[in-house]
Amino acid sequence: MANHENKTLTFRIRRYGTGGKAHEHYWQEYKVEAMKGQSVLDCLNEIRFKQDGSLTFRRSCRSGICGSCAMTINGVSRLACETQVMTLGTETVTVEPLKGFRPIKDLAVDIDPIPEKLLAVKPYLITKTPPPSDQERLQSQAERSRLDGLYECILCGCCTASCPSFWADEKYLGPFAFLKAYRFIADSRDEGEREHFEALDDKHGLWRCHTIFNCVEACPKSLNPTKAIAALKRELVKNRIG
Amino acid sequence: MAMIDPETIHDVKGVSVHNVHRHDVIVVGAGLAAMRAAVEASKDYDVAVVSKVFPTRSHSGAAQGGIAASLANEEEDHWEWHMFDTVKGSDYLGDQDAIEILVKEAPIVVREYEHMGAAFSRTPDGRIAQRMFGGHTKNFGKGGPILRACYAADRTGHVLLHTLYENCVKNGVRFYPEFYVLGLIIRDNICRGVVAWDVVNGGVHIFHGKAVMFGTGGHARVYRIASISLSSTGDGQGMVLRAGLPLEDMEFLQFHPTGLYIHGILVSEAARGEGGYLINDAGERFMKKYAPEKMELAPRDVTSRAIQREIDEGRGIGGKDFVHLDLRHLGKDKIMTLLPQIHELAWKFIHVDCVKDPIPIQPTAHYSMGGIPTDSDCRVLGDGKSRPVVGFFAAGECACVSVHGANRLGTNSLLEASLFGRRAGISIVRFLRDEPELADLPTDAAAEAIAEVEGILSSSGTERVAAIRAEIQQRMTVDCAVFRSAGKLSKLLEDVRGLQERYKHIRVDDRGQDFNMDLIDAIELGRMLDLAEVMVSGALGREESRGAHSRTDFPKRDDAKWLKHTLAWKKDGKVVFDYKSVVITRFQPKERVY
Repeated sequence: MANHENKTLTFRIRRYGTGGKAHEHYWQEYKVEAMKGQSVLDCLNEIRFKQDGSLTFRRSCRSGICGSCAMTINGVSRLACETQVMTLGTETVTVEPLKGFRPIKDLAVDIDPIPEKLLAVKPYLITKTPPPSDQERLQSQAERSRLDGLYECILCGCCTASCPSFWADEKYLGPFAFLKAYRFIADSRDEGEREHFEALDDKHGLWRCHTIFNCVEACPKSLNPTKAIAALKRELVKNRIG
Repeated sequence: MAMIDPETIHDVKGVSVHNVHRHDVIVVGAGLAAMRAAVEASKDYDVAVVSKVFPTRSHSGAAQGGIAASLANEEEDHWEWHMFDTVKGSDYLGDQDAIEILVKEAPIVVREYEHMGAAFSRTPDGRIAQRMFGGHTKNFGKGGPILRACYAADRTGHVLLHTLYENCVKNGVRFYPEFYVLGLIIRDNICRGVVAWDVVNGGVHIFHGKAVMFGTGGHARVYRIASISLSSTGDGQGMVLRAGLPLEDMEFLQFHPTGLYIHGILVSEAARGEGGYLINDAGERFMKKYAPEKMELAPRDVTSRAIQREIDEGRGIGGKDFVHLDLRHLGKDKIMTLLPQIHELAWKFIHVDCVKDPIPIQPTAHYSMGGIPTDSDCRVLGDGKSRPVVGFFAAGECACVSVHGANRLGTNSLLEASLFGRRAGISIVRFLRDEPELADLPTDAAAEAIAEVEGILSSSGTERVAAIRAEIQQRMTVDCAVFRSAGKLSKLLEDVRGLQERYKHIRVDDRGQDFNMDLIDAIELGRMLDLAEVMVSGALGREESRGAHSRTDFPKRDDAKWLKHTLAWKKDGKVVFDYKSVVITRFQPKERVY
């Protein structure tokens, strides 16, 4: 049903590995009758359900918490599910896979680098003192608040995909791995600073960040990896001298 | 790694030997139940986690409000109080032996999460913070709402899911992400593994092990308006049904009162736990008519019915099919500290700033109380009652143990998934300690799965999978929702069968092997239609109103006839029922008022 809030949009999608054009990128356009309140993911689903079932992309929670549908929309890394299509303000919506990641098919990229980079920083609480047997470890509200802005990361990869240092060096650990490392280093309960730092002081590590702030701009959860990286650099220098 | 006697290993027809993976334990799914089991079993054994999505994409991560435990960090609490609330919340259909385990072990499970590194919010004295949630009360329902839900702001599921993933990584669990499990390999009542499809590269694989554990999640995606992920299509339940095993209490599906209007995206009950109001078109807090004492903190079945009644009787906002959730009186500080994700969701998805404006909400299909019948050690019961399938375990939303009965209380789901996931892990370790032999693979282990995949890839019908799926989801949302009746359910059942007929004539656009979403969608739909048939048949059969199952033609609970669990099989294309009694220990059924 058409009403004044509907608008016909052109979706220009960078495709790969389908339609008899294996391992070749090409552009395909689809028209979508978009409504106010619809997300880019809703529109991609419309295309898949009604026009072309071969169009491939990841999606799951469609509420901005699982991180599956990260892609490049009008040049910017973002989650398709929480991007309102009308707020983009363009008649043509250009959709491409995340930058810097190896394409597999259409908008789906190889996400193996996400756990690989993450695992390098030993992304878990490292403790030496055993916890009390029948109660929780204590942590003050002030100590806990140091984790705000760090623990919310959903591993979507938008930050790393926006990072020129990653484009230049695929082995670069990248913003989300640093954010995760700092999430544990900043935790009053953690006693494994040295272990978390091991991979960071490396040519693919912290020093490759040139504070370009693209990650901050890209993060759909409004987190600030650059700030975490700066804090990590300070800690590292302090430890070297001390 | 299990020792394999090469003599016992046959080739499986249609599967390359390179695609046969052997591990002691095969966990299917990667949410809280699955990964909690993996953390436990991986302390002693080699564990593989096979999941249709990358582990941290699992839907447990979307849970917001909290995990229940009578820690008494904020005020006096006892497991007996938690037990009473859970039994009453279940409308007396929950098995009280399992509920007793749930509430007694809850504090252990929550503290273990903290020890593993979970970033819980804290009380001023540094303990795990707790908040109010619907149906959780003081002193056996005689007192007011109680601070029992342990939380990490309104991102509790996210925090717990990532904590488990991190601990699985630490324990060396082997992950197989984006493998879609096609079927179980059960012969002579022994589960030997699963057949799976490699989503990224294509190809049939076999995961061969001594123990298989399902933590595959719920099936509320059978509905159009639903809070849960697009991936929560009940794959595990569908596979169990096809393996000739029963499902339990499938007519009980929870509608969460506050789904974001039109998307159905979850707005946590924490919003009401922190003091939010529900308001109708006349601006009144209508819950005073339905639950005068507990008001907005009544259990979900009661609250969803109240909202639906307001909407049906024309008191939705502007006469439309939604009411308002009003948080404005909480103030910006409280909202941004305790409910930041709700603020973000309302803003990003419907452009409502809940500091300044009320949030439009409607009931949304949320949680599957029913599922795969298990005993309290998470062993899957092949007859639904007492006979375990050797080496097959299940926990979490896909399972029915049954602690939630006819209606689950908020924050008992993260608890159930974690606690019974842990128990499944312990149970598996106990099972493996006896050094059972690795049962061999029948040569035709993958035959059915291969036939299904090939059938879909070469399908040449005229029906679009998406069209059939849209229809079943729409019909379930209209005719098998908060209120049900014989007339609508029988028509729906006929139509479900019609859709199953149409499903035989589907076609897919994508006929390739690699990353074929069309293929996965088609397989999911076949299972969803089976589940819908069982759910609607069960709802039609149960001629009473209990918990989330509310029949307008049978508005009263009928303990004489229906204080029993439903077991449903699919045999020769028909749904066949049997029943089993409810375990009642401490609390006799009483009238349920809030």
